[in-house]
Amino acid sequence: MKVLVPVKRVVDYNVKVRVKADETDVDLANVKMSMNPFDEIAVEEAVRLKEKGIVSEVVAVSCGPAACQDTLRSAMAMGADRGILVESDGELQPLAVAKLLKAVCEKEGPSLLICGKQAIDDDSNQTGQMLAALMDWPQATFASKVELAADKVTVTREIDGGLETLAMALPAVVTTDLRLNEPRYATLPNIMKAKKKPLDTIAADTLGVDIAPRLKTIKVSEPPKRAGGVKVADVADLLNKLRNEAKVI
Amino acid sequence: MAVLVLAEHDNKSLKAATLNTIAAAIKLSGDVDVLVAGEGCAEVAARVAALQGVKRVLVVDNAAYGDQAAEPLAKLVVSLAANYSHLLGPSSSYGKNTMPRVAALLDVAQISDIVGVVSEDTFVRPIYAGNALATVVSSDAKKVITVRSTAFDPVADGASAAVENAAAADAAKKSDLVGRELTKSERPELGAAKVVVSGGRGLGSGESFKSIMEPLADKLGAAIGASRAAVDAGFVSNDCQVGQTGKIVAPQLYIAVGMSGAIQHLAGMKDSKVIVAINKDPDAPIFQVADYGLVADLFEAVPQLTASL
Ligand SMILES: Cc1cc2nc3c(=O)[nH]c(=O)nc-3n(C[C@H](O)[C@H](O)[C@H](O)COP(=O)(O)OP(=O)(O)OC[C@H]3O[C@@H](n4cnc5c(N)ncnc54)[C@H](O)[C@@H]3O)c2cc1C
Ligand SMILES: Nc1ncnc2c1ncn2[C@@H]1O[C@H](COP(=O)(O)O)[C@@H](O)[C@H]1O
Repeated sequence: MKVLVPVKRVVDYNVKVRVKADETDVDLANVKMSMNPFDEIAVEEAVRLKEKGIVSEVVAVSCGPAACQDTLRSAMAMGADRGILVESDGELQPLAVAKLLKAVCEKEGPSLLICGKQAIDDDSNQTGQMLAALMDWPQATFASKVELAADKVTVTREIDGGLETLAMALPAVVTTDLRLNEPRYATLPNIMKAKKKPLDTIAADTLGVDIAPRLKTIKVSEPPKRAGGVKVADVADLLNKLRNEAKVI
Repeated sequence: MAVLVLAEHDNKSLKAATLNTIAAAIKLSGDVDVLVAGEGCAEVAARVAALQGVKRVLVVDNAAYGDQAAEPLAKLVVSLAANYSHLLGPSSSYGKNTMPRVAALLDVAQISDIVGVVSEDTFVRPIYAGNALATVVSSDAKKVITVRSTAFDPVADGASAAVENAAAADAAKKSDLVGRELTKSERPELGAAKVVVSGGRGLGSGESFKSIMEPLADKLGAAIGASRAAVDAGFVSNDCQVGQTGKIVAPQLYIAVGMSGAIQHLAGMKDSKVIVAINKDPDAPIFQVADYGLVADLFEAVPQLTASL
């Protein structure tokens, strides 16, 4: 059984992103880029399923510029068998990525696609659900447990009120939540091995899908700053301020 | 043109985020319809009909929608889309699950988690864990939108809209619901609570989380929140997580106890009206957003606070 794992190259989650002075965008010059944390969880899950012998091949896919090769190598260093770069230099929005992934799914015929629930740059939380709709596949978003069998997958999902478990026929889309697993660190030998794993590049414009952005960003601004507060001396002082100054209790 | 809001409910009661979503819809059009799709959901429809600003309630009562699965729901919304310029859902796990499917089937972008309506086609939404606000213009004929509930004041009761039945669409299920484990709590809903008391890794264990945070929450009639570290360590259930990838809250009062204030956590609570932080480390970043910071050992300060309330 083949599993496809889309991996996005995003700003590292430790970076505190700043808005450019001209308010056109955030400043990403010279900041560290990494694999989207939820996608690391997706790769980890796929690799564990392979280690359990249920899955035979894990294919990582990244859509974006040539630099996404690094992200694919990271996925391969964690255990993905090969990588596919769908190369495009323009801005790719979730609908476009879903269409590109659909084209890749039609070529590769995976039984399962595991992606992140959310990219930590655009915070869209759309791509997996969109792809599932375009393929007319079932979906289980925000997964905290995945049990895969030959013909079905049972997923526990984190929903607002607690947990929900769904059983779905394959092929299906699963999106990962943080508690699904703890991704491994790639070891040096595995990083070296990953350099020799196959990495194919497909030009996005050869896939025959409309990837034009539908949303145009006209301004990127700093959110309102909170005015710096005060330190209180003790619990009595705190209570006094909450009662008489802030009047919230 | 008219706007359609997808109501979130569990067949018995309406979820609070729907009221905020309707409030955002009203900013777009005077003609707001609300879709209540479920099984045995008449009570919910009646509740929606009483909300101000709702013109029509469309009810689809059918077993296919009973467990709110995304696949049939999205097809239902798409079947109704022709009459609407905008389709809105709450940015809750329910809305996030369903609305992107609607958007993809209509071949339009989704505008996720909006916090502001500038015009019919222009919206403001947070990106990069709320470190920036993007103003985006949609070129699509129809707009599919999810709404951050904390950014719009809920609509009030006091009206009576028409309730009409609508037809089910292709209702084929694609998944089977095996079961749900819902957290039962007498406390207010985290996303809509006036006061939230929230605990972090500093609580040390599930037992101390319970013995320190619950009495405080009881006294204040507060909802309980947590950092990811506290949830990961198993101190409380996952649905308590506040942050970029958890719940977004903006109560009147947010009391952060034993948490450092990581950007991912701040993303979920920094729009609270008043923030209190209790932490023994004077340099903890949480103090940079706190209106009132108390540098103290939580195991002493919190019980003392609870006792004096
Ligand atoms: C992709 C991604 C998404 C994330 N999403 C979220 C999210 O949605 N929400 C979230 O919260 N986190 C999220 N995180 C995790 C986040 O980065 C932090 O790791 C987490 O918020 C830290 O939790 P904490 O503040 O409880 O723990 P810590 O950072 O360990 O802080 C514990 C604090 O407790 C204090 N303390 C200890 N003992 C005491 C005592 N006795 N009295 C008083 N104070 C004490 C310490 O001084 C310290 O400041 C995410 C991370 C990633 C990578
Ligand atoms: N450009 C991309 N290349 C590969 N995967 C992507 C890309 N964009 C989004 N994804 C996948 O879709 C998930 C959700 O992204 P988003 O809908 O943008 O929040 C991510 O966690 C990735 O798994």
